[in-house]
Amino acid sequence: MTAMKETLTGPIFKNNPIALQILGICSALAVTSSLRVTLVMCVALTVVTAFSGMFISSIRRHIPGSIRIIVQMVIIASLVIVVDQFLKAYAFTISKQLSVFVGLIITNCIVMGRAEAFAMKNPPLPSFIDGLGNGLGYSVVLIAVAVVRELFGSGKLMGYEVLPLITEGGWYIPNGMLLLPPSAFFLIGGFIWVLRSVRKEQVEESEFKLARHTPVGEGV
Amino acid sequence: MSSNDGIRKTLIVAFSLCIVCSVIVSAAVVMLKPVQEVNKTLDRKRNILAAAGLLVEGQSIDEQFKHVRTRVVDLTTGKFADDAVNIDKYDQRKAAKDPEQSEALAPEQDVAKISRREQYALVYIVQDPQGDLEKIILPIRGYGLWSTLHGFIALESDGNTVAGLGFYEHGETPGLGGEVDNPRWKSIWPGKQVYRDGEVEIGLIKGAVDPSAAAAPWEIDGLAGATLTSVGITNLVHFWLGQDGFEPFLNNLRAGEA
Repeated sequence: MTAMKETLTGPIFKNNPIALQILGICSALAVTSSLRVTLVMCVALTVVTAFSGMFISSIRRHIPGSIRIIVQMVIIASLVIVVDQFLKAYAFTISKQLSVFVGLIITNCIVMGRAEAFAMKNPPLPSFIDGLGNGLGYSVVLIAVAVVRELFGSGKLMGYEVLPLITEGGWYIPNGMLLLPPSAFFLIGGFIWVLRSVRKEQVEESEFKLARHTPVGEGV
Repeated sequence: MSSNDGIRKTLIVAFSLCIVCSVIVSAAVVMLKPVQEVNKTLDRKRNILAAAGLLVEGQSIDEQFKHVRTRVVDLTTGKFADDAVNIDKYDQRKAAKDPEQSEALAPEQDVAKISRREQYALVYIVQDPQGDLEKIILPIRGYGLWSTLHGFIALESDGNTVAGLGFYEHGETPGLGGEVDNPRWKSIWPGKQVYRDGEVEIGLIKGAVDPSAAAAPWEIDGLAGATLTSVGITNLVHFWLGQDGFEPFLNNLRAGEA
C-alpha cells in the first residue's frame, strides 16, 4: 500500500516530470495563458497517461520487442482521439482554444516516457496509479504557471476579474509579456529553482569542475 | 517471452491491436458526432448574436436566435439568392477557397488581403416582432498582423449605422492586437456611420477620437501598440462594405430591390 502511495505522490514534487525530468515542456508553454484551458489540458493529459499505462501494461507480456514503441503509440493515439472527441462534444469552446494541443498529447514525452519506463515492466494497477501521479505532477506545474500568467497577464482568474485593468477603468497595468509563450519558460525555470533549493537532492552533480587558475609565472 | 518476437506473433499483435483501436476510435467519433454538430451550430449562432450586440448571457441561444433569419446574398449582383445554396450545409469559409465557388481578387481590389472572394455570402437578418428588418449582420474577414480575423459586423436598418462588430477567431498578439476582443473597444462601434457621400469612410485612427471633430462619426479609436492590426481592420471593413463586398447589396436593400 505504501508503495502505491509512493507511486502516486512521488511524481508530484519528488520526481516531478516537468521539473526534474524536464519532459512535456512544449504544451506547458502553449496552453498556460488561461487557467480554465490549462485545467482541461491537465485533466486530458492525466486521463491519457493513466489509461495508456494501464492498457499497455495489461498486454505487456504479448508486445513483441521489435514493434513495442509502435504498439504504445497506437494505444496512446487512440486514447487521445477519444479524449479529443469528448472535449469537442462536451467542452466545445475550450477545445477550440486548445486546438492542436490535445492532439499533441500523443507526442507528449511524459506519456511515452511512462509507458516505456514503467508500464512495460509493472502490472496494470500500479501503472495506472503511476500515470495518475505523473499527470498530477504535470498539472501542479501547469496550474502554478497558469495562475501567475493569467493573474498578472490579464488580471483575471478562470475568466473572472481579480485585478481591474487600466483599459477597463481599473488600476492594474497588465504585463503583456506574461501572455506570450516565453514567459512560461521563465516561470518554469523559477519553479525548478525553488524546488531544488528546498530539495537539495534534486540538484544534479556537476559534470566537470573548473580547474584553479594557473598562478602567475608558472605557465610561462 | 522469446516467442513474442516471431513474425507470426508480431503480425497477430499488430493486426488485433489495430482492429481493437480502430473500433474504439470510430465508435467514439460516430457516437459523439450529433452532440458536436449541435455545439458547432450553437457556437456559430452565439458569435453572430454577440457581433450584433444582441447576446444575452444565460438565455438559450436558440431562443434568442429565433428572431434572426439566415439568407443568401449573391455578392456579384447584390441580390438575395436563397435558392443558390443550401443554407444548412453551406460553408462560406470553405467556399471562399474553392475555385468553383469563388473568384480571385486582383491585387488592387484585395485590400483585405483575402486573395479570393466567394460568390455567395450568408447574411443574418434580425427582425422585430412585426417581421420588419431591424438589423443586418454581415460576415467580414481580413488580414491583420499575424492572422486572418474572422468576424461579423451588424448594421442598423438604414444600412449605414453600425450596430456592433466582433471577431470570433483571430491570432493577433494578446494584449495588443488581441484587444479587438476588448468589450470597451467594441462598444465604440455602435452608432458610428459607414458611408460618407457614398464612399466607405469608417476607419480606425491613431489614438483616441476627439468627439467634437467633424469626422468623429466615421472614426474609431485605434488599438494602442497594434498599428498593423488597426490598419487591417480598417481595410477589411472597407473591403466588405465596399464595391466588391456588400455595398451593392446594401444599396439594393435600401432601394427595396434586394
